[in-house]
Amino acid sequence: MAGTALPRRLSWQLGRVVEVVDETPQTKSIVLDVPGWQGHRAGQHVDVRLTAEDGYQAERSYSISSAPEDPHVVLTVERLDDGEVSPYLTDVLMPGDELELRGPIGGYFVWEEPLGGPLLLIAGGSGVAPFRAILRHWSAAHSSAPTRLLYSSRSLADLIYRRELLDGVYHGVEVRIALTREWPDDWQGHRGRIGDELLQQVAWVPSEHPLVYICGPTGFVEAAAQSLVAEGHDPRRVRTERFGPTGT
Amino acid sequence: MSPISRGFVGRRQPVEASSRVPSGQYVTRDFPVLSAGPTPHTPLDEWSFTISGQVGEPASWTWEEFLALPSETPTVDIHCVTKWTKLDTTWKGVSVDTLLEAANTEAPYLTAWSDGGYTTNLALEDVTDGKAWVAYEFGGEPLDSEHGGPARLLVPRLYFWKSAKWVRGLTLTPDDEPGFWETYGYHNHGDPWLEQRYQGD
Repeated sequence: MAGTALPRRLSWQLGRVVEVVDETPQTKSIVLDVPGWQGHRAGQHVDVRLTAEDGYQAERSYSISSAPEDPHVVLTVERLDDGEVSPYLTDVLMPGDELELRGPIGGYFVWEEPLGGPLLLIAGGSGVAPFRAILRHWSAAHSSAPTRLLYSSRSLADLIYRRELLDGVYHGVEVRIALTREWPDDWQGHRGRIGDELLQQVAWVPSEHPLVYICGPTGFVEAAAQSLVAEGHDPRRVRTERFGPTGT
Repeated sequence: MSPISRGFVGRRQPVEASSRVPSGQYVTRDFPVLSAGPTPHTPLDEWSFTISGQVGEPASWTWEEFLALPSETPTVDIHCVTKWTKLDTTWKGVSVDTLLEAANTEAPYLTAWSDGGYTTNLALEDVTDGKAWVAYEFGGEPLDSEHGGPARLLVPRLYFWKSAKWVRGLTLTPDDEPGFWETYGYHNHGDPWLEQRYQGD
């Protein structure tokens, strides 16, 4: 588990909102122009800081959903109804506003072209955000790593990056979508939660040593990781990122 | 000086809690889970806890022996680098002082190591004199595996990545050797009251 040191200090920087993209009713992508951005690796995140008029500040972390090769830094934010920061980012922030951020942060849940594959990305809900960065990097770097995305969403309306995923923008990536609550009558994808059977169907066999990234709510990540390890996958090849409450 | 975020009001902590919440943190009632890999499930009959490295006398306990050690029940506030703070968490475990007692060590540093390959480095002075435990109960219940059970390190004075989940031993070292997240750009010390989140903070 040797890592790459990031020796420099991470200073707060100002980004300017270029565009706010509606991804789903609950989720927006905030496109930022960040002068002096030092670059990032696909899968990393940033800290965002908001400041009220009386000086009160709140900080949160968000995944970067743009590739290192992209001209802008994009953060995809899901609105948590009882959240302090996300409703501001999705409902109030508009083009022209400034946003304070620092990063990139995190060096483990990262995929770069030299890491190769086979590459299996498993997303639950807004956990797909860092995978968009990885897929865009995969495309930009003309990676030949066989790559599959398994993405679980409540419904088609809740599917983030719906158009680019369904229209095959990532040519060569096998995209498999599971809709867990609602699906159209003619839905060709998986219906229901991701279970052992679907995972076995989608994952390469353990002897092919796939590199697996799983991102989503805690329960989702626990279940998927557990299932793959039980199936014989090397836990050291399974990288996870979890978010959200556990209910305890 | 940070610019004002147009239209941001925010949610302040109640006054009585605010002195317990370090800068940049918010209070949560949940207990979020953050782990870099799958949750390991080591059977208790294969579990042991080991003190090794620069020690006069290495020590090791089986699960049953570990539970028989004198225990404490600290109530502490915990702070995760991902910004959440949880107040008044209740634990049961063995003080690191108790574990080091037999080891006869003067090493200034240690590495906590875990099932699954996780490591984190600590200065001896951050884990002695009643500042750290190896905990096996949370909230009066056995510690869930997703929260680090059967046993995790508990070092409430530092960001919670220092409180290694699934901990299996402490290796005493003459030098400070960065652990897992410390190698990936997180701060070597991790004091939440100094907001030491990342290298250079």
